[in-house]
Amino acid sequence: MNQRHILIAVIGAALVALPFVYRDPYHLHILVLILIWSFAYTSWSVMGRFGLVSLGHGGFMGVGAYVTVLLWNHLGISPWLGIPIALVCAGALALVVAYPCFRFRITGHYFALVTLALSGIVLQVITATRDYTGGSLGYTPERTKGSHILALQFDDKVVWYLIALGVWAAGLLIWHWVDRSMSRYAMEAISEDEDAAAAAGVNVTFEKLRITVISALMTALAGALYGQYQMFISPDTVSGIAVSLQMVFAAVVGGIYVALGPTVGAIITILLAEILRIGFGTKAVGWDNLVYGVLLILFIIFLPKGILGSLLARLKSPTKH
Amino acid sequence: MLEIFDIYLLEAVINGILLGGVLALLALGLNLIFGVIDVTWICYAELVMIGMYGMYYMVQYFGMSYYAAAPIAILLVAALGALLHFLVIAPLLDAAPINQLLATGGVLFVLQSFATVAFGIDFRNLGIRLPILAMGDMHFSYSRLLAFGAALVGMIAVYIFMTRTFTGTAIRAISQDRQIMALMGVDTKKIYIYTSALGGALAGLAACLLVLQYDVHPFVGLSFGPITFLICVLGGLGNFVGGFVAAFLFAEIISLGGLFSDLEWGYVLAFAFFILMMFIRPAGLLARRS
Repeated sequence: MNQRHILIAVIGAALVALPFVYRDPYHLHILVLILIWSFAYTSWSVMGRFGLVSLGHGGFMGVGAYVTVLLWNHLGISPWLGIPIALVCAGALALVVAYPCFRFRITGHYFALVTLALSGIVLQVITATRDYTGGSLGYTPERTKGSHILALQFDDKVVWYLIALGVWAAGLLIWHWVDRSMSRYAMEAISEDEDAAAAAGVNVTFEKLRITVISALMTALAGALYGQYQMFISPDTVSGIAVSLQMVFAAVVGGIYVALGPTVGAIITILLAEILRIGFGTKAVGWDNLVYGVLLILFIIFLPKGILGSLLARLKSPTKH
Repeated sequence: MLEIFDIYLLEAVINGILLGGVLALLALGLNLIFGVIDVTWICYAELVMIGMYGMYYMVQYFGMSYYAAAPIAILLVAALGALLHFLVIAPLLDAAPINQLLATGGVLFVLQSFATVAFGIDFRNLGIRLPILAMGDMHFSYSRLLAFGAALVGMIAVYIFMTRTFTGTAIRAISQDRQIMALMGVDTKKIYIYTSALGGALAGLAACLLVLQYDVHPFVGLSFGPITFLICVLGGLGNFVGGFVAAFLFAEIISLGGLFSDLEWGYVLAFAFFILMMFIRPAGLLARRS
C-alpha cells in the first residue's frame, strides 16, 4: 500500500511540474481539455457505475456553464460567486427531477428517458431565451483585459492547466471516496434489487438522491470551468442530448467500474477527434463521430467493462486463479 | 362570427391534431419494438432521417415520382431495422437493458455521422410544395393533411396485421410472455426480425410523410426523436393505446404553446408537462395505480 502512495505522489508531482518544463501552448490546450472532460466523465460514472444511467448530464453541464456566464455578463457577479450559485441551481434541478423518479421507482429505461427529457428542456430553454443566452449561436463571457483572478479569466494556459489538474484530481478523490464508502455497498445492493435492499435497511431513495446530486454538482462545475476556459459556450458544446451521449460513450469506452476509466475514455475520444481533425481537416466533419459510434457499439458488445477495466481484470485474473 | 384570436386558436388545435398523427405513428413503431423485444431504439428518429434522405435522392436525383419512391423508402428502412436488430441487438439480447440502450445510442452516432459524411450538412428538400387548403380564415397545408391521413391508414394496417394474421398474433403473444412462446414452437428469433422490420417500416412511412414538411439534414432526427421517446414513456412504454393518446396530447401542447410564444416554448412546455406527469403517473397515462 505504501508503494502505491509513493507512486501516486510521484505521478502527481510529475503532472504538476509538467507545464513548467514543457510549454507548447497547443499541447497544453489539449491537456486542459482532456482534464476538464475527464472530470465531467468521471462525474457521470460516479452514478453511472451503479446502473443509474442518466442522459441528463448535458443539462447539468449546460446549467453550470450558462448560469455562471449569465451572472457575470448581466449582473457582474464574479464566477467565484457565480459558480457556487450555478452549482446550487444544478443541484436543485437534480433534486427536482430525481426525487420523484426515485420515489416512484422510475428505473432503467424509464430513468434514462426522463433524464433525456431534462437535457432536452435545458437545450430548448437556452435556445428559446436567445435574447439573453445568444440561443444556438452561442455565448461569450465579457472579457477583462489580460489575466484577471476576480473574473476567473487567465491568458496563461499554465494556470488553466493547474486548475484543471486540481479539479480532475478532486474528481478522482470523490470517486475513490464513494468507492470506499458504505454508500457503494448500498448502491450496489440497490442496483441488484431495490426491494431486497430496502428490506435490508437501506434508505433507497436517499442513497440514490445523494449520489445523483453529487454527480450533478460535479458535472455543473465541469460545465462552468469549460465555459471559463474556452470563453465560448453554445448549446451544442455544453448542453443537450449529444453532450449527454458523448459523456456516456467516453465513460463506457474507458470503463465505468475503475477510477481512471473515464479519464482513459476522455484521452481516447479527444485524441481521436484531434488526430482526425488534423489529418483530414474540414473533411473530418462527421468522421470522428462515425468512429466513436462504431467503437461504442463494439465496446458494448465485446468489452462491456471498457478498455481500462478489461485490462485491469486481465492483469488481476492470473493472480486470483 | 369568430374573433380573430379564436380562429388562430382553432387553427392551432387542428394543426396539433394533424401533427399528432405522425407522432403517434412514430410512437407506435417504438412501442412495438419495446413491447416485443424489450429494447428502446434511441436511434429510431435517425432511421427516419435515413428514410428522408432516401426519398430525397430517389425523387431529386433519379426523378422518380413521390408515390413510386415512397414504397421503396419504406422497404429500405424496414431492411435497415431488421439489420439493426441482427447486427446490434441480437448479440446483446441477454445483456443488461442499459447496454442495449447505449448500443443503440452508438447507432445514433453512426447514422448521424454517416449522413454527415455521405450527404453533407446542407439542408435539402424535395422541392415539392403542396398547396395550402383555406377553410374560412384558417389555413392548413395539404402535406399535413396527407401525413395525418397516411399515418392513420398505417396504424390501422398495423392493427389489422397484429390481430388478423398468425405472425401478428405471435408478436402479441411474445410481448406477453417471452419465455413461454419459445416452448410453444414459435421461433422467437424470426419474430424479433419481423418486428424490427415492421418497426423500421413504420419509421420509413413517417419519413415519407415528414419529408414533405421538413428539410432533411443529418441532425433532423434530434428535432423529433426525443419527443417520440417522451410520448412513449408518457403513454407507458409498450402501451400502444397510451402512446396514441400521449402523441395527441403532446402535439396539442406544442401547437398551442407555439401559438402564444415561440415554438421552442411549446417544446419547453411539453417537456415540463412530461416531467410533471412522471410524478403523477410514473407508469404511464393509462396505467392502473397499483
